Amino acid sequence: MNHVAPLIIVFPLVGFLLVVINGRSLSNRLVGTIATSVVGLSFVASVITFVLLLHDRSREVTVQLFTWISVDTLHVPAALLVDPLSITMCLFVTGISTLIHLYSTAYMDGETDFRKFFLYLNLFVFSMLTLVLANNLVLTFVGWEGVGACSYWLISFYFERDAAASAGKKAFIYNRVGDVGLLLAMFLIFTHTHMLTYVGIFSSASLLSPTIATLVVLALLLAATGKSAQIPLFNWLPDAMEGPTPVSALIHAATMVTAGVYLLVRMSPILALSSSGRLSIAIIGGVTAFVAATIATAQKDIKKVLAFSTVSQIGYMVLAVGVGAYGAAIFLMVSHAFFKALLFLGAGSVIHSLGGEQDMRKMGGLAKWLPLTFPTFLVGWLTISGVPPFAGFWAKGDVLTNVYAHDKPLWVLGVLTAFLTAYYMSRLFVLTFRGTERFREVTHQHDPHESPLVMTAPLVILAVLSVFGGVLDLPWAHGFSLTHFLTPTFGVVAAIPAQSTVLQTGLAAVDVVATIIGLIAAFTIWRGRVESSTYELPFFEHVWHWDDAYDAVLGRPLERVAVVSNDVVEDRIIDGAVEGLGGSVQRSGEGVRKLQSGMARQYALAMVLGATVIVVYLVGRVR
Amino acid sequence: MTIPAAWYLVLAAVLFGIGVFGVLTRRSALIMFMCIELMLNAVNLTFVTFARSMSDIGGQTTVFFVMVVAAAEVTVGLGIVVAIFRRRSSTSVDELSELQG
Repeated sequence: MNHVAPLIIVFPLVGFLLVVINGRSLSNRLVGTIATSVVGLSFVASVITFVLLLHDRSREVTVQLFTWISVDTLHVPAALLVDPLSITMCLFVTGISTLIHLYSTAYMDGETDFRKFFLYLNLFVFSMLTLVLANNLVLTFVGWEGVGACSYWLISFYFERDAAASAGKKAFIYNRVGDVGLLLAMFLIFTHTHMLTYVGIFSSASLLSPTIATLVVLALLLAATGKSAQIPLFNWLPDAMEGPTPVSALIHAATMVTAGVYLLVRMSPILALSSSGRLSIAIIGGVTAFVAATIATAQKDIKKVLAFSTVSQIGYMVLAVGVGAYGAAIFLMVSHAFFKALLFLGAGSVIHSLGGEQDMRKMGGLAKWLPLTFPTFLVGWLTISGVPPFAGFWAKGDVLTNVYAHDKPLWVLGVLTAFLTAYYMSRLFVLTFRGTERFREVTHQHDPHESPLVMTAPLVILAVLSVFGGVLDLPWAHGFSLTHFLTPTFGVVAAIPAQSTVLQTGLAAVDVVATIIGLIAAFTIWRGRVESSTYELPFFEHVWHWDDAYDAVLGRPLERVAVVSNDVVEDRIIDGAVEGLGGSVQRSGEGVRKLQSGMARQYALAMVLGATVIVVYLVGRVR
Repeated sequence: MTIPAAWYLVLAAVLFGIGVFGVLTRRSALIMFMCIELMLNAVNLTFVTFARSMSDIGGQTTVFFVMVVAAAEVTVGLGIVVAIFRRRSSTSVDELSELQG
């Protein structure tokens, strides 16, 4: 264990360093192969570590690497915590990363910055794994910032485009706001427990008073809203779609954006101390899930729909965390990673086949032209919509059942979101693959071409995972489920009241009904339409005017402050002071210069007079 | 018969006064130099006088330093005066007022 676990994070780092150092001398093909294989090796190391962990009695192993910081009472080790939660994260992060790396070798083929892309991607995987494997908050923060930086670089990958450059900046700044939350949580915990390692924090959690615990939970929630794109910091994620599609799939759907949920689940023993904190989390999650779903119904860009759908699904996860269903949150996170990566890569394949077109109004009828993308996308669509027996049905059902047990209003919101999810995904599906062919203008009358095998193979694998992902956590498999495996790492929450099988089946039936209504509604409305002002509400299309609100509340007042600073403070006060001082010195100089007549005899006279004065003064003192 | 110290001091004061008057009234750089020398020597005379009357060798020692410095000053000063004279064929200090403010 001690030897294998570090390899999980070392491999991507090695790949990154290899490409950084030899980048220019390696061919694109070789760079792609190196980048993909190091992540693959990392996956293999994760699997081996997982098997070793299964045979470990304590199911919790700390792997010391070295002492990182040791000052007075502050000791921060660089150490990895291998436990069911971190290894679950590692498995799906490395697994999906491998597939997306493979996909990218073809998708990014021909790009001028091909090497740079894989460089960032490897660095991202390294940072993400540091984040999940770290055994203390400080090292997690390093990974947290690392993935943020890679996300910024990859969003603004096409930095010549203005939109991409500003989207990168937007993402970075929103994330910074969230990062403050993580820092505050860290400071609060350290001042009250003098601990930074997770194990240490949890063992001394009793030192936190209820008020402090609530503050910590709220700070963690702020961190999660930044990284995981929740209200109020969610609107960087749709803009992040300016990055290449594999990046959207890997970072902005499957892995990085779930880091906030991971952090909350990791800190679940602290969450257990504050019921009001948990309620805030649940409300934020539930409302985000619903709001993002409504926005997704009115977007025209295929990637924007998927982006808002990601926000919505992460909202479900946060909602699950809020009601204490950590296992359900992680289950949905893993399933979501499968089907959302699948949907994004499928969308990437569609975009690729149309030479870069992302507007769904210019798609349609693609089913017969994309023989592999179409069926895999179909699976992704059914999975996210929550059609049994695909993974999404089980995961979402698991979340909603738990929510029902704790909070009925949020459950209603969750079911509404499930209906909307089925609706907007079907709309996307119909507009893209069914209906009339509207892409001829884009493709210059050519037929769209299916993507190469390296792109479709990951689609097939992800489709299989989406179909069978549900077996990870079937409701009746109590002893062998993901939740059972993960439970030792969770904080204790008020026990979920035992639910009868009848109730569970009933709730599942409600989910299915909501899904079916969504599917039927979408097919009825969108079979004959391309756009519609009745069904694509401008309010939803403009993201509930969220950006405008920020602009009105923060942007414009700050701009006015800047203008006032420039015109009044800078021009009048600062410049006035500086120029006033300079002017007065200059004017007094003008006066004094008259004394310098250049007449040596005048100077001599002045000296004589001065000397006389001094002598008279001295003589006077003697008296 | 000894001459009282006060006489020497009066002589020194008169010489110093002549020197000051000369520096303030004459325009020629050379004459001004001579007047400065006169003032220096007037001071030297007071030093020597006090050295005698107080039986302190310090005053006489100081005079030697003054003489050395004066010699050096004259060398430099005359050098400058000669250089100016070469360029302007006049040693009037009133004309040398380029450095006025």
